[in-house]
Amino acid sequence: MTLPAQAMRDAFLLRLLEAMRQDDKLFFVTADFGSPVLDRIRAEHPNRFVNVGIAEQNLINVSAGLALEGFTVFAYAIAPFITMRCYEQIRVSLALLSEVRPMNVNLIGVGAGYSYVVSGPTHQCYEDLTIMRCLPNLGLLSPCDHVMAAAMFDTCIARRQPKYLRLDAQVLPIIHQEYTPNLGRGFASLRREGKLCFVATGYPVHTAIRVADEFAKAGRELAVIDLFDMAGFDKAAFLQELTSYQALVTLEEGFKGRGGLDAMLFDFLANEVPRPLLNLGVTPGYRFELGNRTELHEQVGIGPEAVKRAVSAFMDKHQL
Amino acid sequence: MKADTMKSPENELSAKAQWIWRETLRIHRQAPETRLASSLSSIEIFVALYYGGILRHDPAAPLAEHRDRLIISKGHGSICMYPILADLGFFPAQELERVCKSGGFLGGIPDPVIPGYETVNGSLGHGLGVATGIALGLKRCASDRAVFVVTGDGELHEGANWEAAMFAAHHQLDNLNLIVDDNRISMLDYTDQIVSHVDLAVRFEAFGWHVEEVDGHDVVQVREQLVAMKARHASKPKLLVAKTKKGHGVPKLEGEPLCHIINPKPALLDQLLLGEAS
Repeated sequence: MTLPAQAMRDAFLLRLLEAMRQDDKLFFVTADFGSPVLDRIRAEHPNRFVNVGIAEQNLINVSAGLALEGFTVFAYAIAPFITMRCYEQIRVSLALLSEVRPMNVNLIGVGAGYSYVVSGPTHQCYEDLTIMRCLPNLGLLSPCDHVMAAAMFDTCIARRQPKYLRLDAQVLPIIHQEYTPNLGRGFASLRREGKLCFVATGYPVHTAIRVADEFAKAGRELAVIDLFDMAGFDKAAFLQELTSYQALVTLEEGFKGRGGLDAMLFDFLANEVPRPLLNLGVTPGYRFELGNRTELHEQVGIGPEAVKRAVSAFMDKHQL
Repeated sequence: MKADTMKSPENELSAKAQWIWRETLRIHRQAPETRLASSLSSIEIFVALYYGGILRHDPAAPLAEHRDRLIISKGHGSICMYPILADLGFFPAQELERVCKSGGFLGGIPDPVIPGYETVNGSLGHGLGVATGIALGLKRCASDRAVFVVTGDGELHEGANWEAAMFAAHHQLDNLNLIVDDNRISMLDYTDQIVSHVDLAVRFEAFGWHVEEVDGHDVVQVREQLVAMKARHASKPKLLVAKTKKGHGVPKLEGEPLCHIINPKPALLDQLLLGEAS
C-alpha cells in the first residue's frame, strides 16, 4: 500500500504530539512559526508549549535552559533563521555547553534549500549544512521524505545531544516506503547498480533518482545513496558501500565548494577511499529570479538537466 | 585576634568581602591575563550571594537538584569567584595557585568545567536568556528553586538580553533574579558615552520587571536587598541594579574609563596587598 505523501513537519510533529501525551519531559518552543499540528500541541499541552516570538536568539537560549533542567526540547523555526540568526547561541549554549552538560535540544528548521520557492534568498537556505556541520557535538539530520522525517523522531529522543533537523517545506514524494529505515547506519542505498554513485541529501535525493532513472533508460546504471544523517552515519558501513563504486557525485541543495556535503565527502574520500568525485551544488551567489523549484535549480546547477550534463561529461572524462 | 570583639554577621560579611578583594588582587598578581577591574566591581554581589545565606549551594554536589541556580553572565568579571568557590570547598585551594597555568582549570575566563559554574560565560549576552529558560523549566516542574543571574551593564548592549527580558516578564517568571553589576564602564569607555544606559531601572520597569537599586559595594545592603528580592513572588521577574565602581579600591583603575584593559603594575599590587597604598 502506498502511503499518501505528507509535509515533513506534519509527519514529525504528529509523532511529537503523540509522544508528549506519554512523556511530560518533552517541551516545544517555537519562534512564532506554526503548522496545523502545532495548534493541536498548543491546545493539548499549553504548559509545555511556548512561543518566544520572532526572537531566534532567545529561542535557543531558552531551549538550552529548559534542557539543563532535564527537558527534551524541540525548538522550531524557519531553517535560515534557526541556524544563522542565532548561530552564536547555538555554538555557545548548545554545542559548547553540551561538551560538559548533556542536553537534548532538537532544532527543527523548516525550509531546506529552495523549498520556500518564491520567497527569495532570505527564506531559502543554502548555507546551513556548511555552518552546522562545523560545530562539534551537534547532530545533523536531513531527511528526503516525510517517512524518514517521522522516523527521525526516534533519533531525536534517543540521542541526548543538540541536533539540527533540516526539513523541506514542500510535500515531497515518498522515497522510503517502509517505515523502518535503518536509522543507525545514517544512509540508505536506494540504487546499487553502476560504476558511479550519487551521494545526496534532502530534496536532491529526488533529483538523483530522477537522473538515475533517465540514465537507466539509456542503458547506463547509476547508484544513489541517501545520506540522511550527516554527522552520525556509520563510517565503516559507508566506507564499505563507497568502495563498490569507481566514482562518486555529491548533490546538495547548498552552496557548491563551500564546506557542505561535498567537503564532507572530499575529506572522507581523501582519508579513506580515493575516488574521483564530482561535486554538484548551488553555484555560490544570491539570485532573485522567480520560477518553480526545478527552474531555479537549473539556473544554479542542480536541476535534473544540469546534473545530467555534468554527470555525462564526468563519466566521459573518467571513461565510466 | 581582636576581630573577635567585633564579630557580628554584618562585620563578618564585610571582612569576607575585604578578604576576597585581596585574594582577587593576589590571583591577578600571579595571572595578569585575568580581568581585574571588572572582577572588583562584583565582589560584594558574590560574597552576599554565597556567604549571606542567599544562594542554596552544595560544594559536594555542585549540580544537585536542590541548589539555587546562579548564572554568571559576565564571566570575565568573576575572577573573584575563584577564591569564594575554593573557600567553600568546591575545589581545592591549591587550584588558586595555577590560574591560567598548564594543568589548571581556572582560566582567564571561567569555563563550565569549574565546579560552581553552570554555563558558558565567556561570550556576553547569553546568561539572561539561558537563565530565563531555566526559570521557566523550574516553574513547569513546580520547583521552588531560585535562579540568579549576574550581568554587567556593558553586556546589556547585546540585544538578546532584551528578548529574554520581554519573555521573562510575559511569563511572569518571579523566580528569576537578575543582578546588574552596574559599573558604568565597558571596554573602551563609559557605557553612557558608548550607547547610554541612563535609567536602566526605568527601562526594565517598562519591560515589566520589579526593580530595586543598591550601593553595590555595601555588602550588608546588597545582602538585605537580595533577601527581599529572593522572597518576593509577585508575578514579575526581579532586577537589582548594583551601583558599583569598576576597579573598586585600586588607584589607577577606579574612575579610569580604560580600566578594563589596564593591568596595574605588580609593585602597586604588592603595595595594596601589604596595605601600603591608598
